[in-house]
Amino acid sequence: MTEKFKIAIIGAGPAGLSAAAHAAELGISHILLEAAQQPANTIHKYQKGKLVMAEPAVLPLRSPMAFAAGTRENILTLWHEDIQRHKVNLRLGAQVDGIKGERGHFQVTLSSGQSINAEFVVLAIGLQGNIHKLGIPGGDLPTVQYHLDDPEEFKDETIVVVGGGDAGVENALALAQQNRVILINREEEFSRCKEGNFNLLQAAIKAGRIEPRVSSRIDYIDSETGNGFLLRVVAKTSEGVEIIPCHHVIARLGASPPRKLLESFGVKFPNSDITSVPELSEQYESNVPGLYIIGTLGGCPLIKQALNHGYEVVEYILGNPVEPADEPLLKQKISCFDASCSVREGLTFIRHNAPILAGLTALQLRELLLESNILTPKPDDLIFKYDDYTSSFFSILEGELAVVVKAKDGSEIYFQIKAGNFFGEMGLISGRRRSATIKAITDCVLIETPRRSMLKLINSVESVRQKLDEVSMKRVVRNCLTNTLPESELNYLLQGATIRRYKAGDVLFHQGDKADGLYLIRRGSVIISQITAGKEDVLSYVITGNYFGEMALISDKPRSKTARAASATEVVLLKAPVVIASLERNTDLRDLLAARYRENAHDTKMIEPQDKPGNLFTFLIRQGVGEATDVLLIDYSLCIRCNNCETACANTHQGIPLFNREAGPTHSHIHLPTSCRHCEHPYCMLDCPPNVIHRSVNGEVFIADGCISCGNCKNNCPYDAIQMVAVNPKFKKPGLWQALTGGAYQSEKNSIAGDDSPKKAIKCDLCKDNAMGPACVRSCPTGAAIRISPEALSLTMRDSSAVLE
Amino acid sequence: MQRNTLLEYRNYRYFKIASLLTISAVLAYLFDQPAMGAYGGSWLGYLFGILSALIVVVLTLYGVRKRLPSIRTERRNSLNASSPQQDVPDRRKRQASWLRHHGATLQGWLSAHTYMGIALIVLATLHTGFQFGWNVHTLAYALMMVVIISGCYGIYAYLRMPRLMTANMGGINTFNALLLEIDDLDKQASVKSLQFSDDICAVVRKARQETLIGGNFFRQLTACQRNCPTAKAVQQLRLLGKSLKYDQLKSFDDLFLIMAHKETLVRRARLDVMYRARLEFWLYLHAPLSIAFLTALIAHIVAIFFYW
Repeated sequence: MTEKFKIAIIGAGPAGLSAAAHAAELGISHILLEAAQQPANTIHKYQKGKLVMAEPAVLPLRSPMAFAAGTRENILTLWHEDIQRHKVNLRLGAQVDGIKGERGHFQVTLSSGQSINAEFVVLAIGLQGNIHKLGIPGGDLPTVQYHLDDPEEFKDETIVVVGGGDAGVENALALAQQNRVILINREEEFSRCKEGNFNLLQAAIKAGRIEPRVSSRIDYIDSETGNGFLLRVVAKTSEGVEIIPCHHVIARLGASPPRKLLESFGVKFPNSDITSVPELSEQYESNVPGLYIIGTLGGCPLIKQALNHGYEVVEYILGNPVEPADEPLLKQKISCFDASCSVREGLTFIRHNAPILAGLTALQLRELLLESNILTPKPDDLIFKYDDYTSSFFSILEGELAVVVKAKDGSEIYFQIKAGNFFGEMGLISGRRRSATIKAITDCVLIETPRRSMLKLINSVESVRQKLDEVSMKRVVRNCLTNTLPESELNYLLQGATIRRYKAGDVLFHQGDKADGLYLIRRGSVIISQITAGKEDVLSYVITGNYFGEMALISDKPRSKTARAASATEVVLLKAPVVIASLERNTDLRDLLAARYRENAHDTKMIEPQDKPGNLFTFLIRQGVGEATDVLLIDYSLCIRCNNCETACANTHQGIPLFNREAGPTHSHIHLPTSCRHCEHPYCMLDCPPNVIHRSVNGEVFIADGCISCGNCKNNCPYDAIQMVAVNPKFKKPGLWQALTGGAYQSEKNSIAGDDSPKKAIKCDLCKDNAMGPACVRSCPTGAAIRISPEALSLTMRDSSAVLE
Repeated sequence: MQRNTLLEYRNYRYFKIASLLTISAVLAYLFDQPAMGAYGGSWLGYLFGILSALIVVVLTLYGVRKRLPSIRTERRNSLNASSPQQDVPDRRKRQASWLRHHGATLQGWLSAHTYMGIALIVLATLHTGFQFGWNVHTLAYALMMVVIISGCYGIYAYLRMPRLMTANMGGINTFNALLLEIDDLDKQASVKSLQFSDDICAVVRKARQETLIGGNFFRQLTACQRNCPTAKAVQQLRLLGKSLKYDQLKSFDDLFLIMAHKETLVRRARLDVMYRARLEFWLYLHAPLSIAFLTALIAHIVAIFFYW
């Protein structure tokens, strides 16, 4: 039996539902095929009561399906109503096996053997339809699950969790609260999960709450009835075969674009990366004419975008040239510099004038522009100032700008940069303060791209990374060595230069190694140490914007010291022969390096006899202070443990202390409380879906309004500095009388709202709104608490003779 | 990176001010020869009185400042990423930076509180002109002295206890972690003791059930429990071990080591409680008495108007 429709939509997720509802609305013959037994299956599988957000907020919704931020349950109810109302032709349990044909004559075959003819096919299957399963005997038993709704449904059971990725680890951690959890990982290490999850997992393993089995895989699963257990898992572990009786198996093996399936439909992928999505036209049409792909599989993972795609794709199929939902927004942005040109012309103009963005696809460029600002500064307008803590990236479309750099001797040097160039990449790469002031010389047009969008682009588009690195290397040489190098000399120095990346703790070179070149740091920091009499002494701490490794080059001897990355570090390595040859011709450079060489030789002598500060510094670096910009330290030889710091913090932050004074390690007399360090490259910013974690001009990392309580930042923070709390909006700062009568302490209890109000991520913001600085430091009665950057700390430790014992 | 103590704050700023004040007061007192002899009613006596009263006001404000840590919160422009080019005016930035460097921290307040409090001993005594009696004036003076002396103990405690506390904890990060470790040792000891005779089990059980950490005021302050069951258990185990058979000795040694380790940790926990108590208990004298003193002081000031 063959049925015939104009549009066959595959997948009843947000995108598919929206497309079907729009088709139904227009009275077009359509069918919506869904493999599962319910529409919006993925959202059904969200954890109970999860808050679903409607990001990006600026994007208007154009879909017959209603959608606004709310709980999972609310949204599902709304959608079920919409499906009824629009009389969507929905067929559940219809698994698609194959698609053949082309525009006008598609034949969709279902696993039931039925086939459907359609003129157009819309694929909206997302990724969750392609969850990897345990392909073993027993992998389809009812107590073997591939998702987890509500971890609290399980209590006092033995549960085997399979998978060392984020989903598996997160499930294991949640289940371990009330159950015995055994976590099976195929690999030897849990290297695939986010660092935050990894740290939580390590802690749970150490505390015995999770029993890991690494380098293990399950052979088969039996249903077992004896001993009160339901299942018997037979696994091959590194120590042989193990039989694990348990109640449930939860396997989280990941999901990916169902590539094989898509390729069998004739869809092509741009590269071999497993996570890559198919190449699409601006109208979401794949390389197979008449086959459209929308939603997550079309590269847009957010629900609102998917709903819009659904609407648009039906219009495109009907031949209506709808503007994409973002068209008016883009139009508005482009009209900043040319009110008369269309969006298409504007995009072409950008591609032409900003070569770094030329390699983007149309969708990528639109998305980038949507997230960016267009600036049109007038002559003499300031773009950013030296030492500000901003991190956006600027591409110059028109005009000329002046770069004002402070030389090492304090004098100011001017450069000009013109249209076609970009700037701001140093702050982006280093995560540090701006190294120059930028001013407009003529009328300019700039695209200002926020840090996160730019990082995403660098990681996904190779041409952007290449162009960025190419220019960045030159600027790093200028910044680290001298700004007065002529272009020819710069090009010579960069012959054979490479960018090297290191993890915290990696050794860049060992004492005794042959000198391979001059190291210029463009991100992170490095500890230089020396082993004397079998003991390692820290000699200096070198940060971004500086160079090291010149001693062995000048003296032509092996390395006399060891260099180790104190945090994730990137260096530009200039080849030794090139540097030596350049030094022979270039007297300025030679003098500069020689002066530093002598200074360092002097430093070494000064520090050598003091081994203790080195130990303290090594301790702090080991605790991750190397990647901090501002860390709270407490001198325990002064601290009277009054916790006034915490109370003060609570009183300035809705009654909740944002750090824990007592928790955290202590070395000699320096205590490192559990508190935010305002990292150079904040982990919390890595994956914030609504993008509300920002860094202010002064450097404070803070969470702005709009938290969706996903908990990603909390999990990503390796320092436990973020809490999820239901903040009481009615909290009032204790008044004088309340404070004096001890009521301030009670008010802390009032600050936590009831269970039903949503939790929000909160963290230290360094009291950024208070002119006098952080309350914790100001309200320490004995001056034990300080906030300090690692470089300031290293300087204090080198200069002060009264170092802590 | 040794931090300055509250006594050394800003290169002994308040020590210098207080010394200057005290020395000039003493000199003035020595050179002044009022007709009616030295007393609070001479012009110098009044000056000392007014000065002392002002100092008392400043000292009291410390108590307020400590409990209201964010008395001054000036909203700066909150800058978020959506408008990064929005700039903080230079003037406000300079002001903020000035405040950060020069604005009073609570440490500064406490440094001033300390030195001014001590200077008050001299100033107020000179104000009395060494005339004491059974009246509200001397009551105010006496209360003041008790408050200052308790404060002096407080400074001693603030300077001395922190180091002792850090050393005592010996690498264990929190008090709770210490208690958990003790609890863990207790559990281990209970399990181990089961294989031995009833008297050994009883000793271990008693140590588990009756050992107290903290407790009443006296116990907190002295860090001891009379006949501490854990200490006693260690002593008794030493004796009981002598009557054991050779093959039990290895296991018994384990038990003994656990109990001995527990004794050390219990001692540490008690000391920690003690240090914290010593850092705090004087405040229960200092703060209420200062209220009493203020009341007496107001009575004293009101009373002198009746002399006119």
